[in-house]
Amino acid sequence: MNPRKDLITIDALSDEDIRTILDSTSAMKDIFTKSVKKVPALKGKSVLTLFYEPSTRTRSSFEVAANRLSADVTTFTVSTSSVVKGESVHDTIDTLMSMKMDYIIVRHKNSGIPAVIARHCKASVINAGDGSHAHPSQAFLDAFTIREKYGDVAGRRVVIIGDILHSRVARSTSTILRRLGAEVAYMGPSPLVPPTAHTGIPRFTNWNQIFDWKPDIIYLLRVQNERIDTPFFPAADYHQAFGVTEERLRRIDDLNLSIMHPGPVNRGVEICDDAMEYRNCLINNQVENGIAARMSILYHLTPQTQSHD
Amino acid sequence: MPTIIKDEIERALDAWVSHLLQSSAVKNGEPLAIVGIVSHGDVLARRLVQRLEQHNVKALYGAIDVTLYRDDLDLRGKRPALRSSHLPFSTDDFTLILTDDVLSTGRTARAALDVLWEYGRPARVELHCLVDRGGRQLPICPNYAAFNLTAAPGTSVKVHLQEIDGEENITY
Repeated sequence: MNPRKDLITIDALSDEDIRTILDSTSAMKDIFTKSVKKVPALKGKSVLTLFYEPSTRTRSSFEVAANRLSADVTTFTVSTSSVVKGESVHDTIDTLMSMKMDYIIVRHKNSGIPAVIARHCKASVINAGDGSHAHPSQAFLDAFTIREKYGDVAGRRVVIIGDILHSRVARSTSTILRRLGAEVAYMGPSPLVPPTAHTGIPRFTNWNQIFDWKPDIIYLLRVQNERIDTPFFPAADYHQAFGVTEERLRRIDDLNLSIMHPGPVNRGVEICDDAMEYRNCLINNQVENGIAARMSILYHLTPQTQSHD
Repeated sequence: MPTIIKDEIERALDAWVSHLLQSSAVKNGEPLAIVGIVSHGDVLARRLVQRLEQHNVKALYGAIDVTLYRDDLDLRGKRPALRSSHLPFSTDDFTLILTDDVLSTGRTARAALDVLWEYGRPARVELHCLVDRGGRQLPICPNYAAFNLTAAPGTSVKVHLQEIDGEENITY
């Protein structure tokens, strides 16, 4: 792929970029089977994880990925940093650039912050989730997991279920899957699913429509706690209306469909206990593939910190 | 452009296999593996394994991609594509024949040795290549080279193998 400093959205990537990162993900996964699960590709490079929003999975996944590439990882913990004292994002970036970081992995509750940081520093910036905008590394691990299971993403049908409107995962994952030739549909409470006219993506309101559409993959989104028990999301009703109940799981099993979820799951809300043990539940594969996909992303980005200007 | 043709490569492979059959690992029945560096060394490795089999000598096949171990990753604007490695056995106590198509600076071989050590502790490693074109920048010497060419620095020596390139020759 052509030299690229940052990964902010899937839209910014060419088809070749997407294919290259996915192809290298398999090679990265081979490393996990060696007795030494580490390669020297980023030896001497510094990676900073800068999370303004809580996250355990994405952050540790990036940290494991960076470690396996032999980079040095620094964790910038927001709650104990100057951010609570009112330091602006710009001031924080200046501070961090003085530390000569090569890669900065950012999560922020506001859309667009990673792009701002990317414009102001020579380090490669990876968007690890910004508001309801984008979460490109999640998109790569999802696409890779589907490719690994089915051989190819093209021709697969994926229905994404939940609060689509506020979900950066839905946005990034549906973008990459459609770029790779999959068909995507959405389902969720009507006010929380954008109209087909805006997205070109079919919108369903119940499970019967989903089963009629004959999907290959059921992709569940996490119900955001802060939205539960608002008028849109009565928690008790959500499971019955939109969740994978035991009854629906039997149908999913009969039809041999796969279940995916970006984690962490809310058992009893979007998914029942039994579904977590289901033979085609790919959630653990997603976690493992997340490390390989993030290794591939880190490897293919080229920071400008080496240039002598 | 001077060319080494298919028949000459064929005869060179026969001589290469005869050389391997004389090795102490084969004579003493010690564990042996031919490990090729992708993307051409692995094709040569597979051919050598098949030819040894015709002589009732069992050698395991392996392939390694050394890209992530290269010393010039930062010097390239663009990261090279990665390919899968395939070494599904511990290399402990094995004699490993590391094969590549063209040996020049020795930097690829240096990276390959680092890769091999992450799969175990081999008893011995030998470096075999189809073409040694000279131009070494490291203290690395092949145990076997099918062809020795003196190509001027900067000239490209290209090995084309049927399995990958659809033709079989060496141009320089």
